[in-house]
Amino acid sequence: MSAIGEPILELKNISASYDAISVLHDVNITVRRGEVMALLGPNGAGKSTVLKIASALMRPTQGSVHIAGHDLTGAAASELARLGVCTIPEGRGIFPNLTVRENLEMAARKGLAVSVIQERAFARFPILAERRTQLAGTLSGGQQQMLSLARGLATDPVLLMLDEMSMGLAPIVVADLYEQVQAIAAEGVSVLVIEQFARTVLGIADTAVVMSHGHVRFSGNASDVDEATLSSAYLGTK
Amino acid sequence: MQQLVAYTVIGLTTGAIYALASSGLVVTYVTSGVFNIAHGAIGMIAAFSYWQVRFEWGWSAPIALIAILGVLCPTLGLVIDRVALRGLAQATEVTRLTATVALMAAFIGIATWIWPPENRQPFRGFFDGNNVSVLGVNVGWNKIIALIAAVVVAGGLRILLYKTRLGIQMRAVVDDRSLAELNGARPARIASASWALGASLAGLAGILLAAEVQLNVVPLTLLVINAYAAAIFGRLKSLPLTFLGAMALGLTEAYLLWGQGQSWFPETIGGFSTSGLRQATPTIFLFLLLMLLPQAKLRAGAARVRERSAIPQWNTAILGAAVLVIGSIAVTGMMTRSNTIYLIQALIMALAVVSLVPLTGYAGLVSLAPLTFAGIGAVLMSKMPGDGNVVSLIAVVVVVALIGAVVALPALRLEGIYLALATGAFALLVSILVFNQGKIFSNGVAEVPPLRIPGVDLSQPRPKAIFLSVAFAVVGLLLVALRRSSLGRQFVAMKDSPLAGATLGMNLVRTKALAFAMSAAIASLAGALDAGKVAPDNYTFDRSLPILLLAIVSGVGSIGGAFFGGMLLGSNTVLASIVPSVSKITQVMPGLIGLSMGRNPNGTASQIATGFRPVTSHPQSLLTALSGIGALWLLTSVDIISHWGFFAALVIWGLGIVPNLPALAVTSGRSRVFCLLIAAVGMGIAAFFDDIFDAVPTGGRLLAIIVLFVVVGNAIRRVHTPVAPTSKSSPDLMGLTGFTPEELSQSDRAIKVVP
Ligand SMILES: Nc1ncnc2c1ncn2[C@@H]1O[C@H](COP(=O)(O)OP(=O)(O)O)[C@@H](O)[C@H]1O
Ligand SMILES: [Mg+2]
Repeated sequence: MSAIGEPILELKNISASYDAISVLHDVNITVRRGEVMALLGPNGAGKSTVLKIASALMRPTQGSVHIAGHDLTGAAASELARLGVCTIPEGRGIFPNLTVRENLEMAARKGLAVSVIQERAFARFPILAERRTQLAGTLSGGQQQMLSLARGLATDPVLLMLDEMSMGLAPIVVADLYEQVQAIAAEGVSVLVIEQFARTVLGIADTAVVMSHGHVRFSGNASDVDEATLSSAYLGTK
Repeated sequence: MQQLVAYTVIGLTTGAIYALASSGLVVTYVTSGVFNIAHGAIGMIAAFSYWQVRFEWGWSAPIALIAILGVLCPTLGLVIDRVALRGLAQATEVTRLTATVALMAAFIGIATWIWPPENRQPFRGFFDGNNVSVLGVNVGWNKIIALIAAVVVAGGLRILLYKTRLGIQMRAVVDDRSLAELNGARPARIASASWALGASLAGLAGILLAAEVQLNVVPLTLLVINAYAAAIFGRLKSLPLTFLGAMALGLTEAYLLWGQGQSWFPETIGGFSTSGLRQATPTIFLFLLLMLLPQAKLRAGAARVRERSAIPQWNTAILGAAVLVIGSIAVTGMMTRSNTIYLIQALIMALAVVSLVPLTGYAGLVSLAPLTFAGIGAVLMSKMPGDGNVVSLIAVVVVVALIGAVVALPALRLEGIYLALATGAFALLVSILVFNQGKIFSNGVAEVPPLRIPGVDLSQPRPKAIFLSVAFAVVGLLLVALRRSSLGRQFVAMKDSPLAGATLGMNLVRTKALAFAMSAAIASLAGALDAGKVAPDNYTFDRSLPILLLAIVSGVGSIGGAFFGGMLLGSNTVLASIVPSVSKITQVMPGLIGLSMGRNPNGTASQIATGFRPVTSHPQSLLTALSGIGALWLLTSVDIISHWGFFAALVIWGLGIVPNLPALAVTSGRSRVFCLLIAAVGMGIAAFFDDIFDAVPTGGRLLAIIVLFVVVGNAIRRVHTPVAPTSKSSPDLMGLTGFTPEELSQSDRAIKVVP
């Protein structure tokens, strides 16, 4: 089921560090059009850092970031967002002190009216329509995740990146959200899904990258990720 | 009844002005996370500029308003944001706060420079002379306009923040800066917009206020500071509450004013005059509100302390102390009496600066009140029986230490800006309510007796200067001992991560109180040893600001840095007295130095500060540096070089060449000769500055001096062999900084500081 197209996100030879501590070492990752990639690894492996680099919240110390073939290393995060890179960071990707409506309005820009965004968001998650004047911080965890997903998708992204979306959510809610993700991928959007626990996400992914200690340990088809690969990455055994 | 109406109108007007000022403050705070201490100073600058164009140049009111509120203030806001604060986005709150303190000091300096206190034509309010009758009371148009402006601004801000894209983005950036960026918002631009808006609101408040209280640099700056109380009432986020607080404050002040005119109002309470009470209302308000704030959440995550001073070594400390004492014996032997008196002032300043080393440098707590403790020390010393007895001095130090701890106690729950504001409020309260009492400073002066030590006459300048050097050396050595003790490590641990400290079983309250007590004790020396007639003006809040600035800029963890800071402050008075034409620069200097730090935490000023550090630990260079200054002094006192030449040469020597001395000492051969050549040319130009820049006006001359020192400094730096920097991290911090945010938030939850 690999719908392989041209590269949408390319991270080439990325190294990154926080102050003097380097946390990524020569990482190469390519996500192609319409592909769902799972990025796996134990806590502290550097997955979220990869996401920060790919969304331009952080600059790599080495290597380059390419979006749809253009070198965008060093661009601002807001610029990438405007180019169609939608990132939902760790935690709930919402503004708790803004209402649901205002949260959606944050995605509005030239050529994309608030009304259109609302329409699309409410069509995907009808519950949000009922809550539109409520402060986003008062929504349940699952609804918050729906809100961030809905906002991201309303912008017609080419690339969607999700960091540990399932954290703290009931399994049934997670299943629901991932169903939406699959539907989006079917529309041709590339998706990079970060999860710490592998099983939930391998089922919907085409390809997978497994990281530990800032290195890529495995890169290939999701179906080729086996117990041995995982346990060596997670437990450090070879 | 009519009086009630009249005073209510006064109260509402004052409240409206405070509301305007505080809403500007809140807008910038929420969007940029910077609590702008300089907010009042912006209002002050706006008021003066308005007066200049409106009354001096005769522009019409609408045009003047557009020029000031529509052009000058927004530009000022943008410049502050872009130039002064942009580089500090990742810096600690303390550093950002300091940058705005620097701004405030710089603005006060600039305003005193451009508009020296003199008889000037009055600042007239809008439609001056015309009144409106409200319930039988005549109310000036300025007051009516203030009220209208407050209502309009309240409504406008509401619409801006809730109904416009920009406003929603502003609030989004407050909620989650990087998430806003991921949604295509540009936080930098949004912050700039809010700074422009905030500055205009400060300007409007300043102009309206000036019409009520007239132009006066410091009071105008401080009066708008009173708006801080209102902002705190709104917890620095809620605009409606901020407006409410402002109105309550204005009314309280007005009714007190009313009461003071009534016979039933007590003139004294417990023997203390109540005349300062009204003036102190906003500050009391602020202090109380701060005390009532809920316990600050301990910040998870290690603060990014950008400057971490190395642990002082005993051998360098002892060497430094010896050099200081021997040096002062030698130098004072050659000095004239009046120059020795300047040196004494500089040493007193150095003691005040070094009082911040344990508090701000080690423990990471900001105090805006070092001179207040010095003032309390001076007052107590003057009241002590025994006329300069050593026992009295010890008693004074102990008492001030206790006061420091007691004052600190209610403030201990506070952090960052709240703590700094509380110390600032304390400083203002002591100035207004205590130092202004006739009982404390009779006729505005107090006589501090010289310390009596058998065989030494400390009323003479030379023994006094030497004694002060010894005192500084002893304090310095004690601080080294402190830093190397386990208490010192606790201080540093607390600064690094209060949370991690608490998790490791540290008693934060005790540690903080101790830090305050020590700092107050050292500061009290700066007052108690400053024998002679002293006035309350020596110990005001605005004088404490440069002390904090220089302490931070010269590396607040380092005792040598504190000494240099003190000398620099002292040199202000020295320069001002021998070079009247450049004295104005020295008023602005501390602020500007502080600002250059704000521009880039690792840039100019901290480079200079770090540049001096190797000098202080390299006796040969230190000696050369000091002899150079001595030589310049000599040359100018025998009129070989002019005053401008002296000033230029001092800047180029001190800032351009001295930091390179240790490196030059290890550079060899041709590059060394080349460096010396550059230095010589630079100094040559400087020495004959007056002749070379004969026709150039002051501004151009200053620019020339700055260019010269940058060129000389960089040219030398390029050529010589770099000295490897000494290690910046202190080993005893290890284990505290290694926590990840996740780990810290886990321990947060474990010890229930956050739900
Ligand atoms: N803001 C930060 N400052 C310093 N170190 C960090 C920061 N964020 C993450 N790290 C460190 O970088 C490494 C990788 O972290 P991260 O990318 O968050 O891993 P993951 O998402 O796979 O759990 C970890 O060792 C973590 O401690
Ligand atoms: Mg992560």
